[in-house]
Amino acid sequence: MSESPKISLRDVHKSFGDKVVLDGIDLDIGDGESVVVIGGSGTGKSVMLKCILGLIAPERGSVKVEGVETMGMATSEREKMMRRIGMLFQGSALFDSLTVWENVAFGLIQAQHLPRPQAKEIAVAKLAQVGLGAEVGELNPAALSGGMQKRVALARAIATDPEIIFFDEPTTGLDPIMGDVINDLIIKCVRELGATALSITHDMASARKIADRVAMIHKGHIIWQGHVAEIDETTNAHVHQFVNGLAEGPIQMEVLAP
Amino acid sequence: MNFVTAVGRVVLGFFAATGRLSLFTAHAVRHCVQPPIYPRLVARQMMSIGYYSLPVVGLTALFTGMVLALQIHSGSSRFNAEGAVATIVVIGITRELGPVLAGLMVAGRVGAAMAAEIGTMRVTEQIDALTTLSTNPFKYLIAPRLLAGATMLPLLVFVGDIIGVFGGYLIGTTKLGFNSSTYLKNTFDFLQTVDVVSGLVKACAFGFIVSLMGCYHGYNSRGGAQGVGRATTSAVVSASVLILAFDYVITELFFAK
Repeated sequence: MSESPKISLRDVHKSFGDKVVLDGIDLDIGDGESVVVIGGSGTGKSVMLKCILGLIAPERGSVKVEGVETMGMATSEREKMMRRIGMLFQGSALFDSLTVWENVAFGLIQAQHLPRPQAKEIAVAKLAQVGLGAEVGELNPAALSGGMQKRVALARAIATDPEIIFFDEPTTGLDPIMGDVINDLIIKCVRELGATALSITHDMASARKIADRVAMIHKGHIIWQGHVAEIDETTNAHVHQFVNGLAEGPIQMEVLAP
Repeated sequence: MNFVTAVGRVVLGFFAATGRLSLFTAHAVRHCVQPPIYPRLVARQMMSIGYYSLPVVGLTALFTGMVLALQIHSGSSRFNAEGAVATIVVIGITRELGPVLAGLMVAGRVGAAMAAEIGTMRVTEQIDALTTLSTNPFKYLIAPRLLAGATMLPLLVFVGDIIGVFGGYLIGTTKLGFNSSTYLKNTFDFLQTVDVVSGLVKACAFGFIVSLMGCYHGYNSRGGAQGVGRATTSAVVSASVLILAFDYVITELFFAK
């Protein structure tokens, strides 16, 4: 990364009561790079993502997007910044009071103030990009399967042609085949847009497929990062245990004895 | 010492909750008056709060007017004042029972629905999704509901007042033996503008309270389905208590000598 990073986190801290979730996170993501952050449940992956998006305010540290400090950013400035960002939520987070096409076109109508017919045209094109027909656009999100909802959420995330896309557990809760379909769609969409992508997951198949670079978070720290090809060769015991899904190792699950 | 600690904790908790609610209210009101306003969303909420609440508010007003006529006739006959039935019914309905009962019914119907809807949006990350789509949740979710609540409840109460008075008229003329034109004359001769206006001002305040409590508890709900259930209960209970408290305050402002 010769240029300044697209996203940069420095010494980011966040606690909830006595529980320290982020304990000085440092991470850089270059322009056009796809970084996947892996780690067990409750290690702070989602909190880190929400800190970048401004959904959670870190206690201290620095979060920069395109070199601009976002900590303490005014709401209007943040709204402008968000127009260049897309986000795929773990549970899809589709608005159940709107139809599928209205969900996809939401950012175009509300933030970019496009007329509804024009926004609908774009939404239908984006739905086609993720393999869904125009007729799906007229349905309510509740009428769709989990995999289809994820596709709609992906279409919504890319609807405004964002420069940066975040993926929160994109394949969680999907069967392996649908998970792979979503992975392929993510790669395709990110490449077509030339976007910078940050994904968080504990699905190693997904991480291997969509990442240029992988970082591992454990107890609120980034404990390892490297090219995706290096993940099987690293001597880091935490990474080795996580990647191979081993119960024995330095990462101890907090399981109460029966 | 434990007792003092417990009392202190409750008092501090009360002030913290009041502070949070005040900040939420100030923030919400700012978005109600600051453009952009979403007319389509305001209209949708107006339909939900106003039109769809009409049957329940209308029925409540009708039976209240009928019961009031019977009770006042029965009570006033003890001192030969049966002739005051029409006047007391209209004053009772417009000043007090119309706005309060409509407020309580709407709190149960609309306040609970708002808390459940916004609470579900919170726990399913739909509110976070709004933010990531460059849309302020206060503008998109809260402001339309507050505007619709404050404007639609006075309209509902106005219609409810008419239905309630009609309920009294129905019982007065068919059961209590009043002459139709005498009943109507007694109704309108003693009715003053302030009776109706004070009721509509109350309705405006109650509509705002119902929407505010529904939005506040829904927006701050946590912890899945149980949290949404708790938010719904809190929205109805707090709105009901605040309606009764503000009923006293507004009555004091209008009628205390």
